Amino acid sequence: MSPRQTTPSEDFLRGIWKENPVLIQLLGLCPALAVTNTVANAIAMAAATFFVLMGSSILISLVKNLIPNEVRISAYILVIATFVTLVDLILAAKFPVQHKDLGAFIALIVVNCMILGRQEAFASKKPVGRAILDAGGTAIGFTIALLMMGTFREVLGSGSVLGYPIFGEGFEPWVVMILPPGGFFTLGFILLGLSWWEDRKERGERPQVREWPHGVGSMTGRGQTGGRRVA
Amino acid sequence: MRDDPEGGTMDGERGEEPMDERTSDGERPLPVTPGQAYDPAAPESDAGPALESDAGPHPEVEEVPSWRLITTLAVAGALAGLLIVGVFEWAQPQILAHRAEVMRTAIQEVLGAPDRVQTLYVVDGELSEQPPAGVDTTTAERVFLGYGAGGEPVGYAVTGEKAGFQDIISLIFGYDPAADEVLGMRVLESKETPGLGDKIYKDSSFVAEFVRVGAPIQGVKDGGDAPDEVDMITGATISSETVIEIINTRVRQLEPMLEGYMARGGGSP
Repeated sequence: MSPRQTTPSEDFLRGIWKENPVLIQLLGLCPALAVTNTVANAIAMAAATFFVLMGSSILISLVKNLIPNEVRISAYILVIATFVTLVDLILAAKFPVQHKDLGAFIALIVVNCMILGRQEAFASKKPVGRAILDAGGTAIGFTIALLMMGTFREVLGSGSVLGYPIFGEGFEPWVVMILPPGGFFTLGFILLGLSWWEDRKERGERPQVREWPHGVGSMTGRGQTGGRRVA
Repeated sequence: MRDDPEGGTMDGERGEEPMDERTSDGERPLPVTPGQAYDPAAPESDAGPALESDAGPHPEVEEVPSWRLITTLAVAGALAGLLIVGVFEWAQPQILAHRAEVMRTAIQEVLGAPDRVQTLYVVDGELSEQPPAGVDTTTAERVFLGYGAGGEPVGYAVTGEKAGFQDIISLIFGYDPAADEVLGMRVLESKETPGLGDKIYKDSSFVAEFVRVGAPIQGVKDGGDAPDEVDMITGATISSETVIEIINTRVRQLEPMLEGYMARGGGSP
């Protein structure tokens, strides 16, 4: 692996698909599982996370030289928590319905490891422009993942999209899909589908069976290999 | 790329790179995050200037003095606090206004759109038009008396809450003490199971059962045709029962108070 410079477009595109925070890195699963029972909730959570991630990345990239190494994690959490509190207040003031639906999960954005991960891995080392691109890409990737789950679950669990019924009267909603187990089912099926698709693609390119997962001990999963693939 | 033989582990990769001063001095390795391992550009691109400015003033000093750590966090905390207070000041009136609006709409709904609504406070077991001294008027226990078009009282809107299946269910209902009838019910807050328990407010036929039903209410499972019967939701027995219990409990608690107020001539035009 020869160290090389990433281009701005790589910084931006990386988070959207190749290193999608939810689907590849398996980060931020708590909101992805908890508040994707409707498309509207998924959008609200994605928007709130977008704001927090973007704000924190910009601010931390700006002040990175002022923060001593020893207290950097505390400082990141402080910045993230501040932005989350702001989002919480703004949502409560302007979008009370969504705020009520998302409930405690707004506050839990503070401990979304996807956000802290981007600060530690990227924003604290890069100039503001790159940090914005990286945060934007990651947030869009998160949004895509949440929308996939939200649509899947709302269509099957409520028979509607954004509250508009799409099936006739005869459709009996799969209530389990909007309950917590439905989140796990949905995520599991999406990851299964992605793995299968990746596998097919790789087999097509290289006929021999590849070692996978490799070099990561007993830690199996897409998170490890998915991250390495790009390096 | 995936089969890259070098850097079999993430730690290996990191070790080869100069990184920045933070890790190369060996004091404390950076925690491995998924984002880090595949970020080979970090040392060359921008950590360079950052490193120099970090080390510039006193290159020999390895440890940052603790006063600087404390100051950094204190300043950052103070700034964050200021920012939050500022936004809170802006948001709080809107949040309260929204809550008041929700309450107002709910009262209108459970009393059948009365002409005028009067707020009454519960003071020493009696209803009073004046709030008790030194109490926040938005949190004091209160009921709302609605008047019809001719100025005659139509009933009280009473709030109540109790633990349901998931969390506290909070609701408001209209009550006519003269006829011993519940006029309507609306759930204000609930986290009942989506698709099952949330039918206590999403299922319009269940909500409609509470219009003009005799109190105390009986929850039944066979249709509920009698004037004091409410048909409970299949699959949400606990949530349905909780709603009925809240209403019955509050009626029992407040009945003497409500009737006493009427008897004293309150509530008449």
